[in-house]
Amino acid sequence: MTDAVIARTGPDHRAAFRAATFGDVLRSEWVKLRSVRSTFWALTVTVVLGIGLGAVISAAAAHGYAKMSVSGKLSWDPTGVSQAGVAIASLAIAVLGVLCISSEYSSGMIRTSLIAVPKRGRVLAAKSLVFAGVTFVVGEVTCFAAFLLGQALISGHAPHAALGDPGVVRAVAGGGLYLTALAVLSVAAGALLRHPAAAIASMIAVLLVLPGIAQALPDSWRNPVTEFWPTQAGSQLTNVHHAAHTLQPWPGFGVMCLFVAIVYAIAWTLLNRRDA
Amino acid sequence: MIEAHGLVKRYGSTMAVNDLSFSIRPGMVTGFLGPNGAGKTTTMRMILCLDAPTQGSVTVAGRSYRDLPAPMREVGALLDATALHGGRRAYDHLLCLARSNGIPRSRVDEVLRIVGLESVARRRAKGLSLGMGQRLGIASALLGDPAVLIFDEPVNGLDPDGIHWVRTLLRGLAAEGRTVLVSSHLMSEMALTADHLLVIGKGRLIADTSVDEFVRSSSRQSVHVRSPQAAELAARCRDAGATAQAGTGPDVIEITGMDSAEVGRLAAAHGIVLFELIPVRASLEEAFMELTRDSVEYQAAGVTR
Repeated sequence: MTDAVIARTGPDHRAAFRAATFGDVLRSEWVKLRSVRSTFWALTVTVVLGIGLGAVISAAAAHGYAKMSVSGKLSWDPTGVSQAGVAIASLAIAVLGVLCISSEYSSGMIRTSLIAVPKRGRVLAAKSLVFAGVTFVVGEVTCFAAFLLGQALISGHAPHAALGDPGVVRAVAGGGLYLTALAVLSVAAGALLRHPAAAIASMIAVLLVLPGIAQALPDSWRNPVTEFWPTQAGSQLTNVHHAAHTLQPWPGFGVMCLFVAIVYAIAWTLLNRRDA
Repeated sequence: MIEAHGLVKRYGSTMAVNDLSFSIRPGMVTGFLGPNGAGKTTTMRMILCLDAPTQGSVTVAGRSYRDLPAPMREVGALLDATALHGGRRAYDHLLCLARSNGIPRSRVDEVLRIVGLESVARRRAKGLSLGMGQRLGIASALLGDPAVLIFDEPVNGLDPDGIHWVRTLLRGLAAEGRTVLVSSHLMSEMALTADHLLVIGKGRLIADTSVDEFVRSSSRQSVHVRSPQAAELAARCRDAGATAQAGTGPDVIEITGMDSAEVGRLAAAHGIVLFELIPVRASLEEAFMELTRDSVEYQAAGVTR
């Protein structure tokens, strides 16, 4: 073992150093995200489920079109059919978002991270921003690929949609935006709850369980709940056709963003207040 | 330079740290000593702003740690070498920390070389041995080439070779003029590494002294005497205000409250023959146990059957 010299210069003669910036923390979080295997797997699942499941459902639905009832044919939504995999892919994003911060709590890495960056808000902001950016790119690619592949499979068997049709680009691009908002929400939930299992369970409850329970409520209760439930309101952005008792696309997405902002603000406040 | 003023940390009804004030100076290794549960780690966590003090304040280079413009350039810390993502490669672990403070990538290779981990840099952290993990933690503390270093039990789990390496490293860092704070519950280790001691027990400061002074001030200092006239010498010593106890042999006594020169003069004055006159200095271990006897958090009960 070598008793090597620690530094080229003693501390009194060290080169002047610049202050650490938010950009430095962003670069750090990018290294963190790309250097663990769970990122690769979760994003692969997102793309494969988003495109593959969409393709399977598109092909199956298109072949069943001829035998559909009149009301079924009237509500035929080729864009929605091709995007069917995105809802499942959103679970992979939610899990990865939760893990990218709660795994730091379960491993103890968060203490190392907060010693490196004691201005804690920067860690949460950089993590959210980096993961949101990655999700946006992956989400948009997945949604557009699923749309194009889905329409190719539908055409010839049933009416298909084109990107030029009214509302279609907004709906398909909206899928990527919805996933991006969900990414920020899951990072915030991971920071808030700190335990991976608790945070993942909460995200699944928000995405699937509670909206499912709402279906069992009487109409007078169900309609406002499904209208304003954050993830359901946000997903209106991905619909071409407006359904009853739902918000319009952008106001709906606005409701979701507001909810994300509230959860983020609570996570930020607690991160700064709690002992790490 | 690390300065604490009236630090208090309370968890519910437990006082983890109770009115702690100290200042840690550059150019020497300061040993932070105390039994398990004395509040060493809590104090270090407060220095690094991981825990907020219930009362009081602590500054590094005159500022709260959170307000340092480039924390890793000024303070290098290793609290827990296992506090990392096991699935991340050693190199990437250091790289993400370096990036967060704008430290160039070349410095990552440099610290890997300093701690001797170049050959396992591509290995995932959970595949590293305890000793390698500890070296990786030390590498992360050295990344910013900081003037202040804080290590919590850095030799835990290391083999003798590793312990020697850490000791040499710490002394080298201090010799370069850096401030080095290192905690331990191993007195013998501190005797070899530290210049100055900060001793705490049950969250309170018990001693803030140099290692030499710490041992000297211990009440266990005594003089071992062998003399054919031991009984007479014992009586003379008692008359002079010291205490004398029978030693391990018939003509051996242990005198406390007088140094060896005083005992020698007293013997000469009364014509007492001395065969042995040995100042017995309590070891650091004994001095520490003496000092913290009342403040051990988890006192082992006597075994009764």
